[in-house]
Amino acid sequence: MNTSVMTDRPGLKEASDIFQQRISRVEHRIVICAGTGCVAGGALAVRDAFVRELTALGLEVATNLHADGALDSDKPISVYLSKSGCQGFCQMGPLVTLEPEGILYTRVTPEDVPEIVDVSLVKKSVVERLLYRHPQTGEQCKGKDTIPFYQRQERRVLKECGMLDPGDLYEYINHGGYEAARRALCDISDADICNEILQSGLRGRGGGGFPTGRKWDLTRIQPGDQKYVICNGDEGDPGAFMDRSVMEGNPHAVIEGMVIAAKAIGAQEGYIYVRMEYPLAIRRLQEAMDQAREFGALGENIFNSGFSFELHIMEGAGAFVCGEETALIASIEGKRGMPMPKPPFPAQSGLWGKPTLINNVETLASVPLILRYGPEQFRAQGTEKSPGTKTFALTGHVANTGLIEVPFGATLREIVYEIGGGVTDNAGNVTDRPFKAVQIGGPSGGCLVAEHLDLPLDFDSLGSVGAMVGSGGLVVMNDQTCMISVARFFMQFARNESCGKCVLCREGTRQMLALLDDIIAGEGTLETLEILEQTAEAVKIGSLCGLGKTAPNPVLSTLRYFRKEYEAHVIDKHCPAGVCPALCTPVIIDELCTGCGLCKRKCPVEAISGERKEVHHIDQEKCIKCGVCLESCRFDAIVQGAAQ
Amino acid sequence: MYRQQEKPVMQQTMRKFDTLCDIIDRFDRDPAKLISILQAVQAEYRYLPKEALAYIATSLNLPPARVFGVATFYAHFALEPKGKYVIHVCDGTACHVKNSQGLVNAIQKKLGLTTDKNTTEDLLFTLETVSCLGACGLAPVLVINEDVHGMMTPQKCVEALDKIIEREAQQ
Repeated sequence: MNTSVMTDRPGLKEASDIFQQRISRVEHRIVICAGTGCVAGGALAVRDAFVRELTALGLEVATNLHADGALDSDKPISVYLSKSGCQGFCQMGPLVTLEPEGILYTRVTPEDVPEIVDVSLVKKSVVERLLYRHPQTGEQCKGKDTIPFYQRQERRVLKECGMLDPGDLYEYINHGGYEAARRALCDISDADICNEILQSGLRGRGGGGFPTGRKWDLTRIQPGDQKYVICNGDEGDPGAFMDRSVMEGNPHAVIEGMVIAAKAIGAQEGYIYVRMEYPLAIRRLQEAMDQAREFGALGENIFNSGFSFELHIMEGAGAFVCGEETALIASIEGKRGMPMPKPPFPAQSGLWGKPTLINNVETLASVPLILRYGPEQFRAQGTEKSPGTKTFALTGHVANTGLIEVPFGATLREIVYEIGGGVTDNAGNVTDRPFKAVQIGGPSGGCLVAEHLDLPLDFDSLGSVGAMVGSGGLVVMNDQTCMISVARFFMQFARNESCGKCVLCREGTRQMLALLDDIIAGEGTLETLEILEQTAEAVKIGSLCGLGKTAPNPVLSTLRYFRKEYEAHVIDKHCPAGVCPALCTPVIIDELCTGCGLCKRKCPVEAISGERKEVHHIDQEKCIKCGVCLESCRFDAIVQGAAQ
Repeated sequence: MYRQQEKPVMQQTMRKFDTLCDIIDRFDRDPAKLISILQAVQAEYRYLPKEALAYIATSLNLPPARVFGVATFYAHFALEPKGKYVIHVCDGTACHVKNSQGLVNAIQKKLGLTTDKNTTEDLLFTLETVSCLGACGLAPVLVINEDVHGMMTPQKCVEALDKIIEREAQQ
């Protein structure tokens, strides 16, 4: 790029003005959530329906304010149809927001679009049936501010995610974006940047919780000209999708965070390592990088400060262990992603043996906010030792699944009952089903039970009860969940993902899985539990990296809080939750049985008897617990009962 | 000129290596970009043919063991041809508790697949499970190539497959 082009580039102020000029001509803005959940629910079809409907009415529709040329006039735009990143309320998607009215429509289908256009845009009224209804009071909520799911949250990192068009650099700038990067590059020293991050108390959001400012300073003081910044977007925990949402919804925040980090430590090159399962995140990041480069916020001589930083995207190839920083580095170098012993830490010797800073997506996305609003404002949220907010992916048996952000120190009760809307049964309805447990931190974390409902969640409190923040997956489980099955699920994951370097992790996870299988098959004894516990402790001690060290956590924590359930499986040969087929006996509920005879015909061992149109009966002596009758009954009259 | 005089089979093989060469050149013949190269090759052939791996190793001046090591380490790489439609059933925690296994069973039954045999004979379908697709609100979820199908039931799986089979039969 030649210098004449560079001087033609708009500055931050001009870019912001351009956006304001464009948005001021917009009469209505319709924001369609284009997060993964809503897109899977048909958000793009809804968008197309809007375009069709509005064009048919002869209205001026814009779908992209960032495109130059055509938009630079004074002509008013009737409707600006924009996309946003994930707005978090995935359970109710696809979401459509109307501005400036502030109306949020939920579960919108393309068929609803003509009515929305007619009622809301033409008649200036509200389509009541598409509003969110408070599950307890039945009250209709018009906008986000009145929905309990949003009311109880403190959205900082996710705020821009659910508002801005991820493809519009100027809107991000208008929202204060890249000002922090400009300040870091032009106004303050590298040590000052590290100091501000240190003062904010920001701790790594990837799970470990290491103070980010310290990590930056450690890398900054390393000698050498060649250093690297890496953004760890290899979010592999089953049940976690916070980083994905940030990369898809606010890619510029991640890029800005990386530019600031690069300046602070003196790096000229960086990598964003993204899972290949996240193609949309890769596309949006690539687009955002191109825009930032063109604008002069990335690449050569950023903001005319003389500082240059080049960024690459590295697509993962499906290995959970690559979330570990030394394995991730090996993967970028084109090798098998196997962890290395630490020290040396990546800060001393990382990518190509050079000092390297690795931060998680959410951590880097928090950085611009700290520099933009100051460390004090960041500290105003959260607890003394864990300041700020944390995003969680809330899933499982909870009414409002989705992406949430709360200050550290929030309690599980607030998250599950107020934001989450309560515990549901297996069919997804809120009932008085008791809360059983929450699995936090995925396969590396542990479970929290009813006694922890009022525990303030932060890095240290969670560590003290044998769990960890991890990357932030929160899976709520009701009393119909068998904890041994849950432990088995995570163990199977750990076994599949163990890289095989350490014998104890490679063989230990395999053995633990086999032991859990024994218990589930009804072949376990008290000795099985003892061996399981010993193996778990051994794997914890004998593994090199985080994967192996934490793989036994789900087993240890379920053994700690649900020992009775384990004992029921091995002593009484009974699964209290009625999940493990070998440890349950199907029982016919007399009141519900219509005597249709279907189960009797399906039963492979003729264990079911009964006359037509009369209540049937299962002979437990003959029953082989195959579960065919359970599946066949059309009246839900057969349930998993307790084994005798 | 001389290529036209070769036998047709040879021509095909030559073309294959031409494509490979293009891919390797695109990544500057840089051994550090091995993973990206393998991804591009797999995108081209839907799997990593053995001879391609050997060719890549020679071109990058790497021991073949290194290339095979990487190709077998990462779950995404396949040494056997994958189907035209790759079905990813999400087995993340949220999907798992909402019976993703039922979907796997239904698909396996429909396509005659097993845990060990995950691609159909006609190379139309490959069935895989992934740990999380990040669409937990729509659990259980499966993805066929790039299309996400949410809130699936075994019945809906079979219907989706039938639609594809029908479409393919028409072509």
